[in-house]
Amino acid sequence: MKIHEYQAKQIFAEAGIPVPPGEVATSPPEAYAIAEELNKPVMVKSQVHVGGRGKAGGIKYAESAEAAKVLAQKILGMDIKGLTVKKVLVTAAEDIISESYVGIILDRATKRPVIMVSPAGGVDIEQVAKDTPEKIFKLAVDPQQGLRAYQARDLAGKLYRDMSQIRQAANIIMKLYKVFWDVDSSLVEINPLVTTPGGNVVALDAKLNVDDNGLFRQGDIAKMRDIDSENPAEVEAREADLSFVKLDGSIGCIVNGAGLAMATMDLVKRYGGDPANFLDIGGSSNPQKVLSAFKIILADPNVKAILINIFGGITRCDDVARGIVDAFKEFKPEVPVVVRLTGTNEKEAAKILKAVNLPAGETLDEVVKKAIELAGVERE
Amino acid sequence: MSIFINKKTRTLIQGITGRDGSFHAEQMKDYGTNVVGGVTPGKGGTKVAGIPVFNTVAEAVKETKANATVVYVPPAFAVDAVYEAVDAGIKMIVCITEGVPANDMMKVYPYVKAHGARMIGPNCPGLISVDEAKMGIMPGNICKKGSVGVVSRSGTLTYEAIWALTLAGMGQTTCIGIGGDQVIGTNFIDCLEAFQADRSTKSIVMLGEIGGSDEEDAAKFIKKYVTKPVVSFIAGQTAPPGKRMGHAGAIISGGSGTAADKIVALNKAGVPVAGSPTEIPELLMEALKTKKAAKGVAKKPAAKKVAAKPKKKAARKTTKKTTKKK
Repeated sequence: MKIHEYQAKQIFAEAGIPVPPGEVATSPPEAYAIAEELNKPVMVKSQVHVGGRGKAGGIKYAESAEAAKVLAQKILGMDIKGLTVKKVLVTAAEDIISESYVGIILDRATKRPVIMVSPAGGVDIEQVAKDTPEKIFKLAVDPQQGLRAYQARDLAGKLYRDMSQIRQAANIIMKLYKVFWDVDSSLVEINPLVTTPGGNVVALDAKLNVDDNGLFRQGDIAKMRDIDSENPAEVEAREADLSFVKLDGSIGCIVNGAGLAMATMDLVKRYGGDPANFLDIGGSSNPQKVLSAFKIILADPNVKAILINIFGGITRCDDVARGIVDAFKEFKPEVPVVVRLTGTNEKEAAKILKAVNLPAGETLDEVVKKAIELAGVERE
Repeated sequence: MSIFINKKTRTLIQGITGRDGSFHAEQMKDYGTNVVGGVTPGKGGTKVAGIPVFNTVAEAVKETKANATVVYVPPAFAVDAVYEAVDAGIKMIVCITEGVPANDMMKVYPYVKAHGARMIGPNCPGLISVDEAKMGIMPGNICKKGSVGVVSRSGTLTYEAIWALTLAGMGQTTCIGIGGDQVIGTNFIDCLEAFQADRSTKSIVMLGEIGGSDEEDAAKFIKKYVTKPVVSFIAGQTAPPGKRMGHAGAIISGGSGTAADKIVALNKAGVPVAGSPTEIPELLMEALKTKKAAKGVAKKPAAKKVAAKPKKKAARKTTKKTTKKK
């Protein structure tokens, strides 16, 4: 799960990492009030879950509270890479002497958190990694021993020469490492970490992603989820306990298991169609899930055919078949539906499905082709 | 023959009184697995499907001499169950549980390794050594005894591939699902190494998916150490970047972990990558043939194939349906 910059800064501040003062606003008058309270020039920063906000015009400098209001007016409602800005962070603008990068990611290969620092901050770190990899320094921390102070100092030494700044940065790295563990994070990032003319080291930006699997014990963080910034169909799917990702194609897919769901999408593409979604109904065979899946997919006007691919192991095909029959009763889908139910209780399933008389197929490739064909027929 | 588990493996089931635990205890037993006991704190002295239940793993080990365990415990307690198994001296741990926090895995896995134990999962379907033992939730009836080793990051996609092999008359030695999470225990390389060493395994099917670099690392390993033919399939070629595709680990982040990269890496290592799971048996037969022809020349098969284009002919029409599912 992603959280916004203002939320991440809140967490950083609580952990003792210095961040510039600021508040979040949802309207221009609010932005004005915050800027006036800060009583100095501010940055007005759009709060959306995408990178490159600055380039898109979603981060602006305001000399006065009045200017902050005007900018907030402009930025609120702005579309950045398909997401509408509904909140802006109004935060004290800092003069900057230097910009660097500090991040911690979960590294799958080493099964360790890896701390990355770079003196080339304030820009896309992936670009830095590509163009000037020698400017990135990494340390894989032993999760059982934790981060030692000397290691943090060594890393900070790659960013600063001044001992006071090395100490400040090392302190920030130590605290960031603690945040990484405390909130079940999969990524924390400060880009840029800046030095002010007064010699203070401050986290000017903050990014924090949380491991979804850790959310059950991160109640406060789970509450930070911003439903407004997500695709409504994906929100609905999550509430129905379905794994769902919206795509742009015309073949709606209902599959059991994530790997098979991906493979089914790939085959749709391979045989000339485009998948409308990724959807995994999971391992259980609750007919209700099939109903929810139908509801979500049928709400997508792009969908021209629905492809159901179930390989019954633990999932029982007859349960899924019952769900399909119920869905037909409830939603009366106008688009063609192609079904493949194979594995556990497939014969019972076939009997149940006779009630709705659907085109069915034996093999995976067969049904995929059929669905594409029917989607095409409907279009003409 | 098989890898990791066999008829003699003495298995425990942690969380045996739960909904999943009790159901699969029975399934595992029916498959012929030597299930010697179950563990649920507070339920010691009872029985599930005729299997004695103990309060602790240590007690169960003492009474039954168990040397393996399957964990069906909910995510909040699963890692603790793994620590308990390790501390009781168990060397083979299969964690089925989905939803284990990655940070917990980063801490427990070094502990498992330091104690000389093996862990498979979490968020995995487990494994089957065909006609010998099954630990986990894979449907046993789709397998057929033979000489193909199967390793996969997925569940149902694995079943799809196994079923295609079985229909084509190509049986399996052991089928393993290593799990779809970001941090897992046993990985592709561990399984490839074991299959390479297993005399009854003659060829290997490796099913990967987007996210991470395990497939790329496996490709390097295959090039260097694996002399048996390997065929692969990579799911998620149409997955958009930055989105988690069901599995916690199936995500393209920062442009890395794409299916295209993995396919290139595998092709470079001489591993043909199927365009559809149903094409795996055909590719494997070809690879085996090439291998046979090149016998004596040693080292890797020459068959290099880019993700195959759709074929017009229904290639497997002649296939006999030998094993029919229930």
